[in-house]
Amino acid sequence: MQGFAGFLTYRLVRMLIALWSVVTVVFVVMRLSGDPVPLLLPPDAPIAEMERLRSEMGLDRPIYVQYGVFIGQVIKGDFGRSIHFRASAMSVVWERVPATLELAFASFLCAIVVAIPAGILSAIRRGSTYDTIVMGVALVGQAAPTFYIGIMLILTCSLWLGLFPTSGRGDWRHLVLPAVTLGAFAMASIARITRSAVLEILRADFIRTARAKGLPEFWTIAKHTMRNAAIPIITIVGLQLGNLLGGAVVTETIFSWPGIGRLAIQSIYSRDYPIVQSCVFMTAAMFVVLNFLVDVAYGILDPRIRR
Amino acid sequence: MLVVVLAAIAAPLVSPYDPIQQSLRERLKGPTWFPEEGRQRHLLGTDQLGRDILSRIIYGSRVSFVVGFAAVVIGGALGGSLGLLSGYGGGIVDEVVMFLVDGQLAFPFILLAIGIIAVLGPSFGNLIIIVGLSGWVTYARLVRAQVLTIKEREYVLAIRGLGGSTWRILARHIVPNTLAPFLVVTTLELARTILLESTLSFLGLGIQPPTPSWGGMLNEGRGYLDSAWWISAFPGLVLMLTALVVSRVGDWLRDVLDPTLRGA
Repeated sequence: MQGFAGFLTYRLVRMLIALWSVVTVVFVVMRLSGDPVPLLLPPDAPIAEMERLRSEMGLDRPIYVQYGVFIGQVIKGDFGRSIHFRASAMSVVWERVPATLELAFASFLCAIVVAIPAGILSAIRRGSTYDTIVMGVALVGQAAPTFYIGIMLILTCSLWLGLFPTSGRGDWRHLVLPAVTLGAFAMASIARITRSAVLEILRADFIRTARAKGLPEFWTIAKHTMRNAAIPIITIVGLQLGNLLGGAVVTETIFSWPGIGRLAIQSIYSRDYPIVQSCVFMTAAMFVVLNFLVDVAYGILDPRIRR
Repeated sequence: MLVVVLAAIAAPLVSPYDPIQQSLRERLKGPTWFPEEGRQRHLLGTDQLGRDILSRIIYGSRVSFVVGFAAVVIGGALGGSLGLLSGYGGGIVDEVVMFLVDGQLAFPFILLAIGIIAVLGPSFGNLIIIVGLSGWVTYARLVRAQVLTIKEREYVLAIRGLGGSTWRILARHIVPNTLAPFLVVTTLELARTILLESTLSFLGLGIQPPTPSWGGMLNEGRGYLDSAWWISAFPGLVLMLTALVVSRVGDWLRDVLDPTLRGA
């Protein structure tokens, strides 16, 4: 396990560096934006009051001291107080995490459950009508923007057919449309990759051997093909996880889903910067941790990756 | 594709109506071919302020293409030159560029875009810069990989041996050999930037009203889905088809120009 431990340490260090660069970018952008003090005080505030607040916020100190203080606060999870919610920004964001994770997980599951069988079947029946249709739908699914899919689903499934509620969070019926919307792109990509990975393996010699020795087609596919096609599929699945978190911003806005993404957009409108910062940081952190987990899974499945 | 580009260029000529002209009497009218609506003067209907959807889609294509092309130029120039530098130069430059690449890939770009726009405020210029910056990584990696293989080829080594200058090698041999895959990626990137622009506009972080943009139109129509679905449906359809066609062109270019890239 020596090699594997080394691999894990390597990924862990990379993960921390990634988080550190996110924090630094946030800091730089905040400082680029200019003086936040006039935004916080009424326009007729006296100069002395502005100076007082400025030194209270530490803005009169040298930039590297400010950076150090900022990093210290981030480590403690302190992003300042929300102007709008009158509470610590991190606690407001933290409350929204379960909703976002629930949505991301549901759409992820939905994408995998649909895409992988669809892709395998497509590969087996290459050139059939089924294959053409599935790949056509996947192509459209990759080109269609998330928000358009969402709006059209609301229009057809909620307003016209009345199957699902249009927005909000509640029982499983509230989850269906957002999950499909968010998962659509991942579904399309995973289906296409699965198809080409399986096609690749089906051409291999050991598959011909398996067939030649009279193994039933089902077992040829299930045992020999899938085990070998798994690596590219897992790669794309891992990549799509990140896209899910990014796409959550749009999906949550469309379906009024009370998660981090919607909170971020609302906070931009209400100029609640501590919240925006915390949202960006929180999502980046989830993203990085998920990537780390995918890497670990990858290392377990394919020993060649461990460095 | 060609139709959309032509329409974008000739927008004032082909649009049946002024895209920001409001007409409250004509508001929320359905498309011409609606059976129950009677005779209509607007082919794709009107929105909540009585503005002609078709005209707005045509003008919106300008925004999409201007932002798309500008962003691709920015991303391509930045990513291409950094890729060239890090691929040919190697050493510390390479390390720094690859560190930046990893950094940007470490988290979803849309978050960064949201953060930056939140602070700088949405404007046409900011939008182009942000969408442009989103793509440089792809170019940098592609060009770097390409340069790394080409610079070890015998003919490049031969020229260097004969005393050819670095500039000559770069300009005459490496850049032309990188061009084909670069073009393919540019086309695929164009589809992506158009989608990113409309996503940001949809979220209210991109093009601001009353300027028509496809993403913004979808967002405005969202509140009227129940009574007037066409406000959202048509701009989205055009957007989707545009992205689809542009990326198909990219795939086709790839197959024609460089078969080795297939499946990349």
